[in-house]
Amino acid sequence: MSELNSKIPQGTLAEKWTKYKATQNLVNPANKRKLDIIVVGTGLAGASAAASLGELGFNVKIFCYQDSPRRAHSIAAQGGINAAKNYQNDGDSVYRLFYDTIKGGDYRAREANVHRLAEVSNNIIDQCVAQGVPFAREYGGLLDNRSFGGAQVSRTFYARGQTGQQLLLGAYSALSRQIKAGTVEMHNRDEMLDLVIVDGKARGIVSRNLITGEIEKHFGHAVVIATGGYGNVFFLSTNAMGSNTSAAWQVYKKGAFFGNPCFTQIHPTCIPVHGDYQSKLTLMSESLRNDGRIWVPKKKEDAEAVRQGKLKPTQIKEEDRDYYLERRYPAFGNLVPRDVASRAAKERCDAGFGVGTTGLAVYLDFATSINRLGKKVIEERYGNLFQMYEKIVDENPYETPMMIYPAVHYTMGGVWVDYELQTTIPGLFAIGEANFSDHGANRLGASALMQGLADGYFVLPYTIQNYLAADIRTPRMSTDLDPFKEAEKSVKEKIEKLMSIKGKHSVDSFHKRLGKIMWDKVGMARTKQSCSEAISEIVALRAEYWKDVRVTGTANEFNPELEKALRVADFLELGELMARDALNREESCGGHFREEYQTEEGEAERHDENFMYVAAWEYKGEGQEPALNKEPLIYENIKVAQRNYK
Amino acid sequence: MDFTLKIWRQENAQAKGKFVTYKISKISEDCSFLEMLDQLNEQLVDKFDHPVCFDHDCREGICGMCSLYINGRPHGNDQGITTCQLHMRKFKDGDTIVIEPWRAKAFPLIKDLVVDRVAFDKIIQEGGYVSVNTGGVPDGNAIPISKEKSDLAMDAAQCIGCGACVATCKNASAMLFVSAKVSQLALLPQGKLEAKKRVENMVSKMDELGFGSCTNTGACEAECPKEIKISNIARLFREYYVSTVS
Repeated sequence: MSELNSKIPQGTLAEKWTKYKATQNLVNPANKRKLDIIVVGTGLAGASAAASLGELGFNVKIFCYQDSPRRAHSIAAQGGINAAKNYQNDGDSVYRLFYDTIKGGDYRAREANVHRLAEVSNNIIDQCVAQGVPFAREYGGLLDNRSFGGAQVSRTFYARGQTGQQLLLGAYSALSRQIKAGTVEMHNRDEMLDLVIVDGKARGIVSRNLITGEIEKHFGHAVVIATGGYGNVFFLSTNAMGSNTSAAWQVYKKGAFFGNPCFTQIHPTCIPVHGDYQSKLTLMSESLRNDGRIWVPKKKEDAEAVRQGKLKPTQIKEEDRDYYLERRYPAFGNLVPRDVASRAAKERCDAGFGVGTTGLAVYLDFATSINRLGKKVIEERYGNLFQMYEKIVDENPYETPMMIYPAVHYTMGGVWVDYELQTTIPGLFAIGEANFSDHGANRLGASALMQGLADGYFVLPYTIQNYLAADIRTPRMSTDLDPFKEAEKSVKEKIEKLMSIKGKHSVDSFHKRLGKIMWDKVGMARTKQSCSEAISEIVALRAEYWKDVRVTGTANEFNPELEKALRVADFLELGELMARDALNREESCGGHFREEYQTEEGEAERHDENFMYVAAWEYKGEGQEPALNKEPLIYENIKVAQRNYK
Repeated sequence: MDFTLKIWRQENAQAKGKFVTYKISKISEDCSFLEMLDQLNEQLVDKFDHPVCFDHDCREGICGMCSLYINGRPHGNDQGITTCQLHMRKFKDGDTIVIEPWRAKAFPLIKDLVVDRVAFDKIIQEGGYVSVNTGGVPDGNAIPISKEKSDLAMDAAQCIGCGACVATCKNASAMLFVSAKVSQLALLPQGKLEAKKRVENMVSKMDELGFGSCTNTGACEAECPKEIKISNIARLFREYYVSTVS
């Protein structure tokens, strides 16, 4: 086991970040110009980091696999972004946002990191407003807020149902400004395939130009991974089709530890699965739970009848409906955190009360709110979401309740980082969803945007300097050095091997099979047995993949099949680690629910005495079991309790 | 449902392209257009044939990456959606569907149905931003903005940069795209200070990159998946003229 140093500064919780900034090492402007930083990914975290680092005077190279940095999947976030502004005078504060986030994460996140996140949350709103992000406003001209799950205050800022889009376009505009200024060099359609380490430090990447297929080598004094989460390991998720784990996985295999891989967020309000041809799942924003009420029929015969199409939901009388979240959790009602809402939906469906043709759906009903507020107000708040639902399902949600079911949405786990967002490889940083740091075992709604931008605008641009200050005498390196050539060679060999298999089954067919194993056995509910089975099934599937996958085309051209093949190869390894982590964690917490560990009322039962730690997995080589390192979580400011939303 | 697909196939920018006809059957009406193409590609992979290349990513209508010209219309025969939100129930069983890439000089073809839209990024780089650095900005509520103005700015800001406006315009003009960004920032106090320089630089970049002129046919507004209004182009003209006289 290696020594894990989280580098949490001394001092009281509220002073740590201020003190850190006051005493950290900085790089002077003349030296910044001599330092190169590679940023991989152009979502909220990557774009905001690259823009901010460029403004400071560093030379930045940034990479994305899409045709433009504006396409990164942060763009799909709908509901909003949290900040502790207390503009609503409803009792919010930095401490309360910190507390809600730790509690929402089921006491599996680091206090110091989360407090810093809450501190800088207010700066993010100011920054975005200054950029011209058109947040929703009140008639008096001031910013509007709404409520999200796991909080009793209204602290969520939003731009209709497209908050992620507007924030990303804000970061993209700042990035574009730096590209024009020449401080940032943009690489579109260029995907990182390996990390280069020179004398123990991250010094560059190997990437593939997706248009020509050319393998490229790039040097940086430091490398920043901002490549998002790995929800696509489940094949069906709310992630974009291209979202992948490859950058995070390659750095893991080069020595960066991977934190809490089993912590996956299953979002309660997604459009249910409807066919085996389906390629992705669509989220319906959590904000809908502000005005929508979730229910299933109280009587099994009614549920049966709606499944067969003999009964319409609107025909079921009020007293025959079970608003199960309001019943079980009166204090938070429909706004309980996501993990709680998802499990409650699964419980009702498993018990035979589910609706929709498959029985794997529950209602999200706006009738009460439409009666109270009028259709116009609901349309103003959620118009685009209702339209999106209607396009997909072909039903009008103003007239009949929406049908929803949980789906994979976000991964709290990720590359392990210390307080400075540095991984266990010196000079390698991970930000945004790609790291594990702030959400514990469950992320609260509207906190992903907050964390991505906090890391990129306000944390990394400071902490990376503390590292680079010691590197100002390191000249730029040639990419002809052996470590670059070796990384390039191994990438080329991997591609050649994939192309040469010429097997019988498509990449997608393997991805779907992996997704099914993950969803059935390492999904919303897990057991010791299911996780063990998942491990052996994934090992077998992986072996089959490397014998029987069919990748058409050639390596030296625009070839989406090869892109997918490289990504799925990594998912096939990551899935096993997720199952191992889920097997190891003999407790239930947040999004990780082990059926063996639940209270009599079916709530998650944590085992703090044995598992109040971050599981940081260390790669030990192909075919070897990874080693488990533990970072103990110490709560000095918060009293750890069983989460209670009743 | 069964369909005949006529799809534009082209190896690369230099190669000569042509339509190739494919048959596909047993497609569910609830299937999305891109999921139908996924199934076609599975068939092609089965035959060791080259799958059809097309751009796509989020598949929920917001990233702007998908970009197909379907039966003569960008994003197909439905209002206010992107290709990924088009469902097969919008077609009739037995239909022949013609699928082409965006065709515009400023969007060179990469392969099959994939084109290069970096030109849009280049236009934004000329001034599609407020020049503020990270940090040192005033409190969010220190800049009150009327709800009406803010809502209009949001209407314009919804542009996803897909390029449907360019693809459908007989002149391959990027006026709707440019006007959406110029409008968003012109409507907000944050963007006012640089308004003159912004509009001049963005318009001149647009011309330089080979986009055509606007002749007010309104095709862009009709086909925009985010229903961006052509009134933004009027605002762009106003901003542009103001910049030339002041």
